[in-house]
Amino acid sequence: MSSSDPDTPSTQESEPGPKSIDKTGFNKQRRYFLIGATAVVGGAGVVGAAIPFVASWMPSAKARALGAPITIDISKLQPGEMLGPVPAWRGQPVFVIYRKPDAIEILEQERDDLADPNSDNAEMQPGYAKNPWRSKRPEIGVYVGLCTHLGCSPKFHGEVQPEPFDENWQGGFFCPCHGSKFDMAGRVTKGVPAPDNLPVPPHQFLSDSVIQVGVDEETA
Amino acid sequence: MAEQSAGPGNSGKMEKAWGEFMGWVDERFPLTETFEYHMSKYYAPKNFNFWYYFGVLSMVVLVIQLLTGIWLTMSYSPATAFASVEYIMRDVEYGWLLRYLHSTGASAFFVVVYLHMFRGMMYGSYRKPRELLWIIGMAIFAVLIIEGFAGYLLPWGNMSFWAGQVIVSLVGAIPVIGPDLMEWVRGDFLMSDITLNRFFALHVVALPLILVMLVFVHIVALHHVGSNNPDGVEIKKNKDENGIPLDGIQFHPYYTIGHDLPAIVMFLIFFCAVVFFAPEMGGYFIEKPNFEAANPLKTPEHIAPVWYYTPFYAMLRAATFPLFGIPAKFWGFVVMAGAIVIPFALPWLDRSPVKSIRYKGMISKFMLGLFVVTFFVLGYLGTIAPSDTATLIAQIGTAIYFAYFMLMPWYTRVEKTKPVPDRITTSH
Repeated sequence: MSSSDPDTPSTQESEPGPKSIDKTGFNKQRRYFLIGATAVVGGAGVVGAAIPFVASWMPSAKARALGAPITIDISKLQPGEMLGPVPAWRGQPVFVIYRKPDAIEILEQERDDLADPNSDNAEMQPGYAKNPWRSKRPEIGVYVGLCTHLGCSPKFHGEVQPEPFDENWQGGFFCPCHGSKFDMAGRVTKGVPAPDNLPVPPHQFLSDSVIQVGVDEETA
Repeated sequence: MAEQSAGPGNSGKMEKAWGEFMGWVDERFPLTETFEYHMSKYYAPKNFNFWYYFGVLSMVVLVIQLLTGIWLTMSYSPATAFASVEYIMRDVEYGWLLRYLHSTGASAFFVVVYLHMFRGMMYGSYRKPRELLWIIGMAIFAVLIIEGFAGYLLPWGNMSFWAGQVIVSLVGAIPVIGPDLMEWVRGDFLMSDITLNRFFALHVVALPLILVMLVFVHIVALHHVGSNNPDGVEIKKNKDENGIPLDGIQFHPYYTIGHDLPAIVMFLIFFCAVVFFAPEMGGYFIEKPNFEAANPLKTPEHIAPVWYYTPFYAMLRAATFPLFGIPAKFWGFVVMAGAIVIPFALPWLDRSPVKSIRYKGMISKFMLGLFVVTFFVLGYLGTIAPSDTATLIAQIGTAIYFAYFMLMPWYTRVEKTKPVPDRITTSH
């Protein structure tokens, strides 16, 4: 007769319920008020105690201190290529590409398969990059090389040629993780998981062959 | 056994001393009572079949993971993560074995848990009065997903890094608070040592504690309501004059020694075969890019999660178009999270008058079969590179996955079920 009687203990527990309290003359309302007040004060204490634990997960002073501007030498960058090894700014890969004239021509054509062809989302590039090639100079493009979907680093496919992922490929970036496609100006196509164009970091040309990323004339 | 041959007098004394000792303990701790409640007087249906091995096997794997995990922690250091794993593999005595047991154990955990869940779906083990039992089990599954993910980061290979990047970025897909929340989870502006360190803490301390507690609660709930069985018949309805279910047998020794022990031995043979002969399983258990240290500037050519996440990953990737004003990126998050959350509701989605698939109608049988096939197809799609065809199939698969649950209230009600017997039909 052991275990199969789950009701026995619960009925025992319910005996000293509200009824017995009344009988023995306890003030039920005062008891509920005290329980409620204790719960509220205790709850506030728990919230307060949670603050250091939650806040401890924010980026530390050390993490915040990293991220100074970097300079990139592009003197060896050839037309049609992307600079390698990929430089890092704030730990993020920076794609620097040198577009050939025909690639610039394609960028300036009207296309209806882009999600944001006119770079209307101002968060994704500084004002000086709101143009068909999304850069200061038509031939040199500078982009943060992280897919705006889930942060993979897309691959550079600079040639206009059929690719396994797109028979009508016009050159650009392809993310191997989830198949997002970007054109030679980092503009995302429609119908892929990535919502936004590749970000253009703040940057300036120190000379024809040296770019500084992380700072520009406006922020410097 | 040796004491018995020493003479009856001696063994009588031993028995008496043992009885006195147990009496002393039982006055202070309900040892005998607990053992009887959970083992020797826990009556389980006598018709358990093959599918009833995977609960106990999950426990076996849990023990393997805890034991090897504690030992790996002795040699692993998140500060030198990738190098310390190499150190474990090459320099620590039997380090390779401990790591392969642990990495194979992770995959084995999901194998047995998936089969255990399928058993529950097949025989309606989530139906009243086992709703909470099912929900606790689903909570274990959810924690296991996070635990597996956190553990996957620790070797800090290139796949660890980028898989972490993708999964943590999922949080960033939540509107408004997403980007800040993502920074909070990472503790940095990108995946870094800081992120690795906190996932190490979660993987080795916080989540195992939660997991063990949930497993304990799962068993308490199970032994309170009693086990379901392939017929979906409640054995407590038919009891003998002593209150013992007529179709029940004592869990110990009949199921422990007679049913589970041989299964554990068989399982360990397969498990060891994988550990010793195919610990990487051709890149499915330990992925090739993870033999390269984490490189924040270079995503592997082909990125895919470990096999046990691939069905959910395929559903994440299937969201490629905005819908109802919600961008595709957030849909991916919603679909993936929804796929994990929706089985929680199973006890209330199933409106069939019968529990077991044995007595359900054709539509339920067809839908369960379709669900299993879809799960495998999605699992395969999650391992391959994205293409237009693969995405389309994944989208259809995602629709079927959700249809299985969403349409269940309808198809379990309209179909014609078979009459359920009053008593258990077969015994193995």
